[in-house]
Amino acid sequence: MIEIDSITKRYGETAVVDSVSMTIAPHTITVIVGTSGSGKTTLMRMINRLVEPTSGTILIDGADNRSIPGYELRRRIGYAIQGHGLFPHRTVAENIATVPTLLGWEKSRIAAKVKELLSLFQLDPAAFGPRYPHELSGGQQQRVGVARALAAEPNILLMDEPFGALDPVIRAKAQDDLLAIQKHFGTTIVLVTHDMEEAFHLADRIAVMDKGRIVQYAAPEEMLVNPATDFVETLIGAGERPFRLLSIGAVAEAAEAGEAEGEPIAATSSQRDALSALLWSGREALPVVGADGARLGRVTLAGLARRAARPQ
Amino acid sequence: MTFRIDKLGVVIAVLLAYGAFLAPFANFRANRIVPGEARGILEALPVGLGAALVGFTVIAIVVVVLKTPTVFRLLLGLAALLALAILVGLSAGHLTPPENTYARVSPASGFWLLSFAFALVAADALARLRLSPLARVALLAAVAAAAAGLLMSGAWDGLSILKEYGSRADSFWLEAGRHVVLALGSLVAATLVGLPLGVLCHRVEALRAGVLNVLNIIQTIPSIALFGLLIAPLGWIAVHVPGAAALGIRGIGTAPAFIALFLYSLLPVVANTVVGLAGVPREANDAARGIGMTDGQRLFRVELPLAFPVILTGIRIVLVQNIGLATIAALIGGGGFGVFVFQGIGQTAMDLVLLGAVPTVALAFAAAIVLDAATELSNRKSGRAA
Repeated sequence: MIEIDSITKRYGETAVVDSVSMTIAPHTITVIVGTSGSGKTTLMRMINRLVEPTSGTILIDGADNRSIPGYELRRRIGYAIQGHGLFPHRTVAENIATVPTLLGWEKSRIAAKVKELLSLFQLDPAAFGPRYPHELSGGQQQRVGVARALAAEPNILLMDEPFGALDPVIRAKAQDDLLAIQKHFGTTIVLVTHDMEEAFHLADRIAVMDKGRIVQYAAPEEMLVNPATDFVETLIGAGERPFRLLSIGAVAEAAEAGEAEGEPIAATSSQRDALSALLWSGREALPVVGADGARLGRVTLAGLARRAARPQ
Repeated sequence: MTFRIDKLGVVIAVLLAYGAFLAPFANFRANRIVPGEARGILEALPVGLGAALVGFTVIAIVVVVLKTPTVFRLLLGLAALLALAILVGLSAGHLTPPENTYARVSPASGFWLLSFAFALVAADALARLRLSPLARVALLAAVAAAAAGLLMSGAWDGLSILKEYGSRADSFWLEAGRHVVLALGSLVAATLVGLPLGVLCHRVEALRAGVLNVLNIIQTIPSIALFGLLIAPLGWIAVHVPGAAALGIRGIGTAPAFIALFLYSLLPVVANTVVGLAGVPREANDAARGIGMTDGQRLFRVELPLAFPVILTGIRIVLVQNIGLATIAALIGGGGFGVFVFQGIGQTAMDLVLLGAVPTVALAFAAAIVLDAATELSNRKSGRAA
């Protein structure tokens, strides 16, 4: 649990973050969105004190984040950034081992952790551990960056536009991986982005920032239905609303009893993907299958249309 | 079958032809200061050997002009250099009249041209082979061992430069030691001071321009002038600071030479440290802080290792520069190989000048090769592909 209480950061006369208060529930993904210069990165960097606030307090699990030295605080909080920030002179394994080494873990424990994380991110430990970052593709580097952030098993993970440098195909995969990882570890994730698509795909709650203030902090559905200001509405994009609504929900929730023909869709895919597949293949209904391949029913064009309509 | 022409080979062939047929191979002088008489290859070498060298050169000309395998060219160049080194020693014995200890035989322009041309063949082949850093150092060691072997075997003892050495063997090694201490010692001192200063300049932006400008100005002072400038303050310190004189601090001698070399060395070390640290990727620095490194850990585990290749380049510049500059130290009684150079100039004895100059050049050359190899290795490790 992160409790931010009227936190303010001024540079000279300008308040980059202006008296922001918000509470971030544990084991959730909170996405902070906003235009550049809205203060979203500064707000996030005050959580691990890369930026010291001018006033206000931040409590992490009830304790003031200024009660221990900044570097000790940061070792307990994962941190991943755009462009991965891997150390080019260290191997992948050494990069991931950075924080555990700083914390003085035993060698065998570190080695086991590195192996576990590499496997979790679908990188063969024997092949990738000894490589240097420049020998990896962009997507692999990004995965190693997140693995390094998670190495000391932090409860909280801060991410600053972590997928910004990836091409769209790899980005979608990285986002799905992140959701799986979050489920696996139950980590509380705070992610900063300017990509609304990404925000709606990942977030349990979205905080929209504008000129140093939070203009709305709500669950994605709530934000779609009741945008607090014109700015939020513009950011969401009025024409995108039904599709964003569908992109929040999984196919499983929209599955109905019945049969359908043709290529099935996975229950974990988003309803938006299902709509897209229906429209493209010109069908009225799609079979839904679970992870084990068992038929779970079908989704229909009409059913999705109802779900895409403004909730009453 | 068509023959293809190697462009550099044509230039080398011209040098070889001129060196073998037109330029003198050795110089004979009745004593060490009179002007010499030139001797061509056939006169300078015993019958048979001279003809063999001419024949070998003709074959070499054909080999270098045509596009021949690189390894073959390398072996040709190295073998020719070794043969020349042995032959020039033999020519000394051949030209010096028996029982005559005043006569001097030294290599002449033809020998130097041939050596230069074959060295070019070898260097060109080495560059094309793209040897690994360690292989280059190993080759340097092999060449040094060959030269040492020739020196110890006495093959060159008849040459004028070694006759000069023969009458100064003790002082040669003393001055060699002083030369190395001056060049290396000032480098170590400059690194110990320059590295922290560079780090400070990187962290405190307000210092950067000032420090670098001062060091730049020092760099522009001519070395003789800097020695002169140091005489008065060091002389004053020697007289007024207790214990200073006992430490060897005086207006002239080793102290001002050491300080001058130290001052000259600071700019490359500090500037390269600043440039190297500035080149550390911003994301790596941000990540280092973000995952909980202290400032010290960030400096020693991320910034300095990443800046190391650039800092090493600065150290290479300093070492090569210092080995050369230390020659000047002899002017103010600082010792080093410069002693022979300036004595030789004073006595118009070119052989004595060479006794000081040749080891200096060889040292600088070896230092450059070793540190270049080290820089390339460290670059490779930090992933900035060489």
